[in-house]
Amino acid sequence: MRDDSRVRAGRALRLALLIALALLFLIPFYLLVRNGLAAESDITSPEWTFFPSSLHWGNVRELFGDTSVPYARSLLNSALIAVATTLGTLLLASLAGYGLARIPYRHANKVFYAILGTLMVPAAVTFVPSFVLVSSLGWISTLRGLIVPTLFSAFACFVFRQYFLGFPGELEDAARVDGLGHWRTYWRVVVPNSRPVFAAVGTIVFIGAWNSFLWPLVIGQDRNAWTVQVALSSFTTSQVVRLHELFIAAAVSIVPLLVVFLFFQRWIVAGVERSGIDD
Amino acid sequence: MSLRQEGRRQAIPRQRGSRQGGTARKWAGVQNRTLWFWIFVGPFLLGLGVFTYIPLGWSVYLSFFDAHNTVTPSDFVGLGNYTAMLKNEAFTDSLWTFLVFSLFIVPATYALSLALALMVNRLRHAQAFFRSVFFLPAACSYVVAALIWKMSLFNGVRFGLANTVLGWFGGDQIAWLSTTDPPWYWAVIVTVRLWLQAGFYMVLFLAGLQRISPTLYEAAAVDGARPGWQVFRHITFPQLRATSVAVVLLLVINAFQAFDEFYNLLSDARGYPPYARPPLVYLYYTALGQGQNLGLGSAGAVLLALIIAVVTVGQAKWFGLGRKEAQ
Repeated sequence: MRDDSRVRAGRALRLALLIALALLFLIPFYLLVRNGLAAESDITSPEWTFFPSSLHWGNVRELFGDTSVPYARSLLNSALIAVATTLGTLLLASLAGYGLARIPYRHANKVFYAILGTLMVPAAVTFVPSFVLVSSLGWISTLRGLIVPTLFSAFACFVFRQYFLGFPGELEDAARVDGLGHWRTYWRVVVPNSRPVFAAVGTIVFIGAWNSFLWPLVIGQDRNAWTVQVALSSFTTSQVVRLHELFIAAAVSIVPLLVVFLFFQRWIVAGVERSGIDD
Repeated sequence: MSLRQEGRRQAIPRQRGSRQGGTARKWAGVQNRTLWFWIFVGPFLLGLGVFTYIPLGWSVYLSFFDAHNTVTPSDFVGLGNYTAMLKNEAFTDSLWTFLVFSLFIVPATYALSLALALMVNRLRHAQAFFRSVFFLPAACSYVVAALIWKMSLFNGVRFGLANTVLGWFGGDQIAWLSTTDPPWYWAVIVTVRLWLQAGFYMVLFLAGLQRISPTLYEAAAVDGARPGWQVFRHITFPQLRATSVAVVLLLVINAFQAFDEFYNLLSDARGYPPYARPPLVYLYYTALGQGQNLGLGSAGAVLLALIIAVVTVGQAKWFGLGRKEAQ
C-alpha cells in the first residue's frame, strides 16, 4: 500500500515537472508572437508585462509595406532555395544510396567510405574554400550559388543507404522477373514503397535549408539574394531597427516550417529512429 | 544474398539483350553492373567531388600562399600562414572559447535530453504532445532564436523577461550580453542552443529506450532491484551506451560548428566584441571580413579540420566505435 502511494506521488511529481518544462520550452514562441503583435512601446517599456497592452495585426501589413527591407523578396528566395534543395537532395542522395546498397560493385565500399569521410569534416569548416570556389565560378549572389553546392548531402546519402540495405529483396526480384532493369525497378517499385523515408529526409533537409545561415550569409552578398535568415539577421545588427517589425518578420519566417513540421513530424521521428545514427 | 545475386545474373541479360546492341550489352549486361552503379552513384559523387573535395584541396593550396582578396595567389609563403595562425592570440583564444562552450553545452544537452526522454517515455497519456513540445524548437532557426534571446528574454537594458523576473526577487538588472566579469553572456549563449537542440537528442534517446528489451526490466524486478535509480543505473544507462556515444559525438561536432547564435547574439552595428569568438566566427571575419585574407583563413580552416578529425577519431576509438563496425 505504501509503495503504491509513493509510485503515484512520483508520477504526479514527474507530470508537474514535465508541464513546467513544457511551459518553459514554449515561452520563447510566445515572446515571438507577443512582440510581433505588440506596439513598439510595449516591447521597450521598462515595465515588462506578460500581455501587451493591445494587439496590432497591422504590424504584418506594415512589414510587407516597408520598402526599405527586401523582406518579401527574401521569403521568396528562401522558398525557392528550400524547395530546390529538398528535391535535388532527395533525387541525388536516394539514387546514390540505392546504388551503394543494392547494386553489387567491387569498389562500392571504397566509394561509400569516401562519401562517409566527408561527414567527418563538418560542412561549416569548408566554407572558406567553398566560398573561394563559388566566387571563382562567378556564382556569388546567385540562386545557383546558394543551391547547387548544398545539394550533395553525405548525411542524406548515408540515411538512404542504410534504409535501402534493409529493403525487402523480394519486391525487386519480382520486378526483375517482369523484365524491369535497375532504372525502372527503382522508379516503379523501390521509390513508391519508400515514401516514409523520403518524407523524413525531405523534411529534415527542408528545415535545414530554410534555417541555414552561414552559407547564405557568405554567398548572398547582394540584397536581392538575401534569404529570410540573412534578412532577419541584418535587422538585428543594424542600429535603426523597428523591434515590432523585426519580431513579426521572425514570426512570419517560422510559419512555413511549423506547417511542414507539424504535418511531417511523425516521419522526422521515424526517420531519426531508422537512420541508424544512434546504432 | 548469393541466391539473390544469382537471380539477377540470369534476369538482366535477357532483358538488356532484347533492347540494346552488343557494345551496350557488354557495358550494361551480366558482368557490368558497374555502369548501373555509376549511373546511380556518379552524379552524387561528382557533385561531392566538385563541392567538397576540390574546395578542401584548394584550401590546402591557398593556405601556403599570401592570398589577400584573390583566389589565384602567386606569393608562396610555405608554412607562414600556419605559424602566424598558431601564434595569433585571437585564433588560439577562439579555440579556448570553443572548449569552454563545449564544456557547458555538451553535458547540459546530454543531461537534459536524457532526462526528457526518460520522463516522456514513461508517460501513459499525452506522450505525443510532450514529445512535440520539446521537439518544436528544432524547427526554429538560430537566427530567430537568437533574436528572441537577445531582444526579449535576456535583454541587456532595463526591459526583458529575465531582468523582470530578477526584479521580482529583488535582484539587480544585468546587461547579459556585455557583462564579461562575471561572463553572463555564456548563460545566454548556452541556453539558446540548449533550447534549440535538446528535443532532437531527446528523440534519439527515445529511440534507444524503445530498443531495450522489456525482459531485462522483468529480470531486474525478479532480482529485487528497486524501480528508479537502481534500475536506471544497472539496466537503462548501460543499454543506452551506443546512443550515448553517438549523442556525445554529434554534440561535440555541432559545438565545433557554432556560428549562427554567436554571430547573431553578439555582433551589432559596431562589430563583434573581442570576447566569445568561436573558431568559425573568427575565421569568418578573417577570410571574408575586411582584407579578405583567404590564405590565412584557409590555414585556419585546415587547422580546424585537423583538430576536428583528431577529436572525432580519438573519441570514436575511446568509445570503441571502430571495434563495433569491424564485426
